[in-house]
Amino acid sequence: MSDETTDPGPVTTLATPIRLDFEFTPGVAQSKFLRGLERGEFLGQRCATCGKVYVPSRGSCPTDGVPTTEDVLLGNSGTVTTYCVVNVPFAGQSIEIPYICAQILLDGANLSFMGLIQEIPTDQIRMGMRVEAVWVDEAELTPSLASVRYFRPNGEPDADYETYKEYL
Amino acid sequence: MSATARAVRPVSIASFAQSQNVRKDDERNEVEGLMPVISEVFGNIGITKDDVDFICSGSTDYLIGGPFSFVMALDAVGVWPPRSESHVEMDGAWALYEAWVLLQEGEIDAALVYSFGRSSLGDLNEILTLQLDPYYEAPLWPDIVSLSALQARALIDAGQATEADFAEIASRSRRDALSNPKAQVRNDIAPEVLLEDDYVVAPLRRHALPPITDGAAAIVLAAGDKAAAWSERPVWITGFDHRMETHSLGARDLTTSPSTAKAAEVAGVAAGKVDVAEIHAPFAHQELIVRRALGLDDSVVVNPSGGALAANPLMSAGLIRIGEAAERIRSGQAGRAVAHATSGPCLQQNLVCVLEGGA
Repeated sequence: MSDETTDPGPVTTLATPIRLDFEFTPGVAQSKFLRGLERGEFLGQRCATCGKVYVPSRGSCPTDGVPTTEDVLLGNSGTVTTYCVVNVPFAGQSIEIPYICAQILLDGANLSFMGLIQEIPTDQIRMGMRVEAVWVDEAELTPSLASVRYFRPNGEPDADYETYKEYL
Repeated sequence: MSATARAVRPVSIASFAQSQNVRKDDERNEVEGLMPVISEVFGNIGITKDDVDFICSGSTDYLIGGPFSFVMALDAVGVWPPRSESHVEMDGAWALYEAWVLLQEGEIDAALVYSFGRSSLGDLNEILTLQLDPYYEAPLWPDIVSLSALQARALIDAGQATEADFAEIASRSRRDALSNPKAQVRNDIAPEVLLEDDYVVAPLRRHALPPITDGAAAIVLAAGDKAAAWSERPVWITGFDHRMETHSLGARDLTTSPSTAKAAEVAGVAAGKVDVAEIHAPFAHQELIVRRALGLDDSVVVNPSGGALAANPLMSAGLIRIGEAAERIRSGQAGRAVAHATSGPCLQQNLVCVLEGGA
């Protein structure tokens, strides 16, 4: 070993790998929603105070802070409240671009959720479009949103803006 | 009253509630676990969410393994119409401190404080490693039990404690917990029998470790007219302080707790007789260190609730100490009490709250 050392300069990077594994507990209300998906159904919950129906419900009304105890079976159709067309490729992308990502307000629900829109050219998507869920084959249903393959236009006339303006 | 120089606005612990403390709550999510606690803490004094002006919570995303869990937890309260809200990535005792400071300013008269955490969702030993210095300590993954064992060893080597002392504390705590229906570990086992336990990490045997606990807790603070209206026997906070020591474990004398001693001095613990102390000591030997730092004599009843050795819901165990101490005063069992909360490895950060009864 030489007595002479060259100063390599300050350390500017330090890699400290971290990995933690967690269990996930969906809870009572979300478990009901997930079990509904396993049967090919959208199951929500109604707040007894304000009457709003949440899907998926997390077990409480975020406005009133009370438990949501009444289960509500929702229909298979809903309204596109807003959307975007994805044109940017990213790692792990499983759908061919361009595709449509939309907020969908199921009939009877007061909370929209995100869904994939297919079977329509991307330049024809619009706010208010009426859509329906297309499910995977019965044998492939699982307690997961993966049970919904996508949403597609259901052929009904567009919804009136007044019916969904609260949910944008 | 407190010996501190600054003027303290009287603030009352108007209500306290805690969940059943359990090893694993794998049925309910965080919101579902919190809702009954929030409902109870309001229901105790017949108020609603609309009666509090400020909300502060204590929790950590590291327990659930997901971001912004504290934002989602607000669904358990129902923050509509919108109001001032805050969160600390700390035990709820520090959330209580923040609310107390706000009440000191005199702009508001009531606050809800809550905390929650499920320690069962991940490997707690690994999770707690991430609270260490990220460059020199955390990459070695020293677990919390081993670090606490180092502290216990230092205490023994200094001639300040024996393993029998640890067993004595554990035995007493879990025997006292027999009268606490919310506690998780409740039994009556003699210290001599406990000493037959195997070491988990020497010199700590199984009994000297806290249980792994899922739980939640909440307190309503009140000042002014609301304090009088909501409690027939108000429990007043007469001193409150928290202090922190260096991050570097090697730079600390682990047999002492200067941060507790300083907080106790500022909170005015020595200004009067202490009847009851609720000490947040997750590991048995830490009770000895904190007790000494608080300057408590042998007449003080320590941890009648069973303390953290009987139930240690992370992020709530400190807030529960304050709630339990307040309940002793409200029930007339104590006139003056000290509550303590700790955070970080080996008692790095400590909070001291002095409570007194009176009109």
